[in-house]
Amino acid sequence: MEWHRTLARGVRRRVLAACVLALAAPALAQDFITLASTTSTEQSGLFKHLLRDANAALGLEVRVVAVGTGQALDMARRGDADVVLVHDKPAEEKFVAEGFGVKRYEVMYNDFVVVGPKGDPAGVRGKDVVVALKRIAAAQIPFASRGDNSGTHAAELRYWKLAGIEQPRGGWYRETGSGMGPTLNTAAGMNAYALADRGTWLSFRNRGGLEVLVEGDTRLFNQYGVMLVNPAKHPHVKKVAGQRFVDWLISPAGQASIAAYRIQGEQLFFPNYWPGASGR
Amino acid sequence: MQDIAGSLALALRLVAGGDPELWSIVALSLEVSLASALLACALGLPLGALVAVREFPGRRGLVVMLNALLGLPSVVVGLVVYLLLSRAGPLGSMGILFTPGAIVIAQTILVIPLVAALSRQFVEDAWLEYREQLTSLGVTPLRAVPTMLVDLRIPLLTVALAGFGRAASEVGAVMIVGGNIEGVTRVMTTTIALETSKGDLPLALALGVILLAIVVSLNALAYGLREWAVKRHG
Amino acid sequence: MAEPSQRSEMFPLEARAITVRLGGHTALDRVDLTLDGRRRIVVLGANGAGKSVLLRTLHGLIAPTSGTLEWACSSVRPADQAMVFQRPVLLRRTALANIDYALAVNGVGEVERETRAREAIERVGLAAVAGRQARVLSGGEQQRLALARAWSLRPRLMFLDEPTASLDPFAAAEVERVIAEIHAAGTAIVLSTHVLGFARRIADEIVFIHEGRVVERTPADRFFTRPQTMEAARFLKGELPWNGIAPSPVA
Repeated sequence: MEWHRTLARGVRRRVLAACVLALAAPALAQDFITLASTTSTEQSGLFKHLLRDANAALGLEVRVVAVGTGQALDMARRGDADVVLVHDKPAEEKFVAEGFGVKRYEVMYNDFVVVGPKGDPAGVRGKDVVVALKRIAAAQIPFASRGDNSGTHAAELRYWKLAGIEQPRGGWYRETGSGMGPTLNTAAGMNAYALADRGTWLSFRNRGGLEVLVEGDTRLFNQYGVMLVNPAKHPHVKKVAGQRFVDWLISPAGQASIAAYRIQGEQLFFPNYWPGASGR
Repeated sequence: MQDIAGSLALALRLVAGGDPELWSIVALSLEVSLASALLACALGLPLGALVAVREFPGRRGLVVMLNALLGLPSVVVGLVVYLLLSRAGPLGSMGILFTPGAIVIAQTILVIPLVAALSRQFVEDAWLEYREQLTSLGVTPLRAVPTMLVDLRIPLLTVALAGFGRAASEVGAVMIVGGNIEGVTRVMTTTIALETSKGDLPLALALGVILLAIVVSLNALAYGLREWAVKRHG
Repeated sequence: MAEPSQRSEMFPLEARAITVRLGGHTALDRVDLTLDGRRRIVVLGANGAGKSVLLRTLHGLIAPTSGTLEWACSSVRPADQAMVFQRPVLLRRTALANIDYALAVNGVGEVERETRAREAIERVGLAAVAGRQARVLSGGEQQRLALARAWSLRPRLMFLDEPTASLDPFAAAEVERVIAEIHAAGTAIVLSTHVLGFARRIADEIVFIHEGRVVERTPADRFFTRPQTMEAARFLKGELPWNGIAPSPVA
């Protein structure tokens, strides 16, 4: 009887403590900014490496929320992020034009590759992505698309357009509506072709019977842009810390850090900031 | 088969090696799930008991709704909580989005219907036995709620565990409101999802094994507790 | 323990034309009854005749479908009248804690609770098991505990529905003793039973129910030797054990 009351009191206290702790977590953390970025960048493992260097240089914690490009920009529009790093130039420029981003800086690029079954049933092996897509569509060999409004998906659709196909349709074209990793999982499972960023591909371990078939086409160039979310639209944005991070990214130190990231000895991302190119 | 054996080995290595990153993920998972389960029980157990013992207008409708909420799609809850906590939303200024607090909120919302429905079931059945005697002693239905909850504490422990299990297994809503931020809101389930999507299946499986082990041992503990209690209380 | 003074305040209880329909079946049919709280009343009847329903209705657990139930003072605190059931429902806590619970629910202060609980548990001879879990006690002990719990509330009237039905003869004798003590200490008793010996020992007055109607109400000694109605006579001869199967014209 007595112990009932003591137990109840103890439980109540602990629940309260847990809630307070959970809710106070934001206030107790070190100085941090929220970076909205893409799953492909996250899954390549770049952030683990890059943000460690950023933390060492700036004493700043960068919290990455990795979602598709479309969602990342949407998040930023709602004010749920301080900085955005994505790879869809038209969407980024629109973002700035709408007033949600302060300024766009080109930071780095990696490239896309077309992966597919080792046997290459559509005969696409080579250096031309547009020809490859034409052949896949003609032969109607299964193709796994992300279909998730991401930078990769946007690029994929641009290539289809170059191949003369406005929007691929048919049972062979499978939209997974998911990130790069899950899409590659699906492609491996279906022995299908897919467009992937090299970073995710290099760290992807469930390749099944897939291998790189098309690479080196200059059109497969995948440009990343970084933007500070406009504090004029969202006054709570951590503009000082955010700008510090952006400045570091485009600084020689940041650019060197990007270049230093390797998987199996291969460099994934190529820093390409130069003052003349960005700022639109 | 190869994958599973490999994962078990990996799991043992990870646990034995005391990898700090792994343990911080496990610790965070336990923290948020425990907090959600406790909160959900604090709110849901009395709610279910009250519905069980008291007649009031609209009671039947409430019961139907409670049972329906059991099938709440968790991603919908995640989305709604996200919209509420987003800076563009009504509670944005609290800055809870993408913190463990947001995860606790979402998980609690998901677990309350489960706890309330189960509590109602247990209390309703027991109330058949208790009602006359308690009413005769002058116990009002409202006053009966804590009495029933305390008297049924052992079966209700199972309910609490079910709530914890539900919280600990949530992925979708946690992803949306937590953001799966490394070191901050990355829990076991979201890590499993992430590693799976990266194609690192052995690691994902290993984490799954650890999560399973936690849930199984908690249930075993509760089972032992029940046995002891039956012997003691009758 | 109980105060005999001011007993007259809540009595008499007047039940007029009480009809109770449960699930399409008429359990009580236009029952008129007056309780003055002075005599030990035993309700007799065959199984299913309506004894339990009558007690529960008088106690307030069942609302009559029609008819009126009036105490002398129109509001009676629940603790002024208590009820003990055939199978006691005890909480999963110690014997003493069960009594303490009943007192707490009725607003008795902490210090006084302790005294009254101990007093009650001693009176029924369970002091030795006060600290044991109530649900592991024997049937007879549990029933005595239920009596102690009800008694601790100092009720002026106690209903008892077949209090010894589930007990072996030894335990039943113990419970009988406690009930007699409760009455001696000043609490009015209305109990139902189908054990005729018990009824004979304890009753001042018999209320005989047959098929939901109070058919006879006589002082106990007269009831057992010269019942006034045919149904009562057949009941005493053991010819009406179950739900009044044989139809009978009302005398």
